[in-house]
Amino acid sequence: MSEKVPVTVLTGYLGAGKTTLLNRILSEPHGKKFAVIVNEFGEIGIDNDLVVNADEEVFEMNNGCVCCTVRGDLIRIIDGLMRRKGKFDAIIVETTGLADPAPVAQTFFVDDAIGAKTKLDAVVTVADAMWLKDRLKDAPETKNQIAFADVILINKTDLVKQDDLREIEARIRGINPYARLHRTERCAIALPEVLGRNAFDLERILDLEPDFLLANDYDHHHHGDHDHEHAHHHHRMKHYHDEDMQSLALSTDKPLDPDKFFPWVQNLVATEGPSILRSKGILAFKDDPERFVFQGVHMILDGDHQRPWQDGEKRASRIIFIGRKLPEEKIRQGFDACVA
Amino acid sequence: MTTLHMADDRTDTPSIVERIRPVSAGGPVVAVHYLKQAAAFVFGEETVLLVSPDGNERRVNVHTGAILSAASDGERLITGGDDGKVVAVDADGGTTTIASDDKRRWIDHVAVGPNGAVAWSAGKTAYAHAGKGETRALDVASTVGGLTFAPKGFRLAIAHYNGATLWFPNVQTPPEVLDWKGSHLGVWFSPDGKYLITTMQEPTLHGWRLADRQHMRMSGYAARVRSLDWTASGAFLASSGSDQLILWPFDTKDGPTGKPPKMLAPQKAALAVVACHPKQPVVAAGYADGLTLLVRIDDGAEILAKRPGAAPVTALAWRADGGALAFGCEDGEAGILDF
Repeated sequence: MSEKVPVTVLTGYLGAGKTTLLNRILSEPHGKKFAVIVNEFGEIGIDNDLVVNADEEVFEMNNGCVCCTVRGDLIRIIDGLMRRKGKFDAIIVETTGLADPAPVAQTFFVDDAIGAKTKLDAVVTVADAMWLKDRLKDAPETKNQIAFADVILINKTDLVKQDDLREIEARIRGINPYARLHRTERCAIALPEVLGRNAFDLERILDLEPDFLLANDYDHHHHGDHDHEHAHHHHRMKHYHDEDMQSLALSTDKPLDPDKFFPWVQNLVATEGPSILRSKGILAFKDDPERFVFQGVHMILDGDHQRPWQDGEKRASRIIFIGRKLPEEKIRQGFDACVA
Repeated sequence: MTTLHMADDRTDTPSIVERIRPVSAGGPVVAVHYLKQAAAFVFGEETVLLVSPDGNERRVNVHTGAILSAASDGERLITGGDDGKVVAVDADGGTTTIASDDKRRWIDHVAVGPNGAVAWSAGKTAYAHAGKGETRALDVASTVGGLTFAPKGFRLAIAHYNGATLWFPNVQTPPEVLDWKGSHLGVWFSPDGKYLITTMQEPTLHGWRLADRQHMRMSGYAARVRSLDWTASGAFLASSGSDQLILWPFDTKDGPTGKPPKMLAPQKAALAVVACHPKQPVVAAGYADGLTLLVRIDDGAEILAKRPGAAPVTALAWRADGGALAFGCEDGEAGILDF
């Protein structure tokens, strides 16, 4: 079977610079051809042969799950685009500023034909350095877009002071410590930082450390006067605590019982799915020589054995959740009860 | 090699693969239809290939980009493209542009009806043309998922989000809406016009008995159902969406309600396309591994029509007299079996 076509989703509040990033991607001399799906209210022209207007039709699946929403228009458009397979190397979906990224992502898990021909590569969110703090207060969409992102560009950094930038980064970390953060002016960024990320590829789940432990190029220990510091037990880091959107990381060195874990996690996403935006996990099951990995978007979970545990590799299980008002104690106790 | 293994598995199955006349498609086949005696292979982009009974091949350019939809009444092929055009092709390769969308929107769906009626859709708007007179347009609440004409009269069924709409384009009465939550993507009338069936985004079919709007839910599929066809007598509705041929019984007045489907020809690969023989109770079943079987409904007997190949079967069509079967695959493999 031929390679799946990667799909990159660009999100960001109105005016943050999505279209600037899109045009930058398209104009770089990379020799790649893109099919671009834009929302029909886009204001700036896009210089590309294959541009399709979408109307962001979000619908609920008829499966009793209120968070199982998909983009019907994307299913239709990608189906149509795949008739021209070979005419492009990748697909970029630009969403409207008010869009929730979850239905876009869920589309790739819910529709088998789309999932067979394309793969979600990453959700890239462009944030406006100047206005992000305000938008986090007054625009719930912005919080969703930050929480959901695999890659975040803090754009227009030339318009704000260094101290403000650190504060913005800390606020983003308070919501989503796992995304790769980049500071940009006019969305200037090396394309490998936004394309070909394989952020939804189970094969590529390597570890689930917060991004700033992997890339320690910024100072991430901040002390705000009106935000309280919050120390998680399991990963020794401090960050701003966003009042309604958080991440939760749990880990254990004790092997888990799959017969306890799967019913627990399935029940958890079934009951808390609307508040869990994304989840990921690396699991060490008792008497299982292979690493099991999973990821999820709201209620939809996708998991598989990834590879054998290597000699000398620590057999630890680690799961992370990013979501809104996560019931931390309930999740923690449930996870602890999965130990074999 | 899975394919070789599969082939070896079928040494007991009677085979007619030696009757395949290969067709040099040269591109992914998305649909095939018979126009009189000629097989019309529809490609993913630009072209339709007409193959006459003597094997003569003729390529006809119909669109400047992707061909998004195709339908036929056995006389003409109607295609919709991402160039905003609706094009008719006849058995001799003559083409007529039926419509051009003024905003160059994609023509997502097309349908052919009795007496030369044609319908197409772009986004939320369905258009219908009776063969003469004006083109009528109807906006539905969400993007059109599928179109089909009733077997008699000038009546169009439009599938969309949360149900389907029945529309008499030339009558002033308001369209009738059939509700069912979810996204409806394809739509079929039963040959007697008594039932309307939709394929849904979920792996399920939905049906309405039109006389009393009684709902029918046909579920249990492994994947979204993409291919449906009625058997010649209308007794069964054949469907893809599983790793076997699923046939829902429609031979009583209650339809399939409360009855299990007949399940035939289980395979390792998913069933991708079904096409019912125009006269006999036989279904051609094309699978995701390229295997194609002829399955007799009465006893489930199988005949090997095409061995597994490199790509899924994407299109199957019988000639109106049942004397030939055309097939096409995603990788461009295509051919015709003569009986």
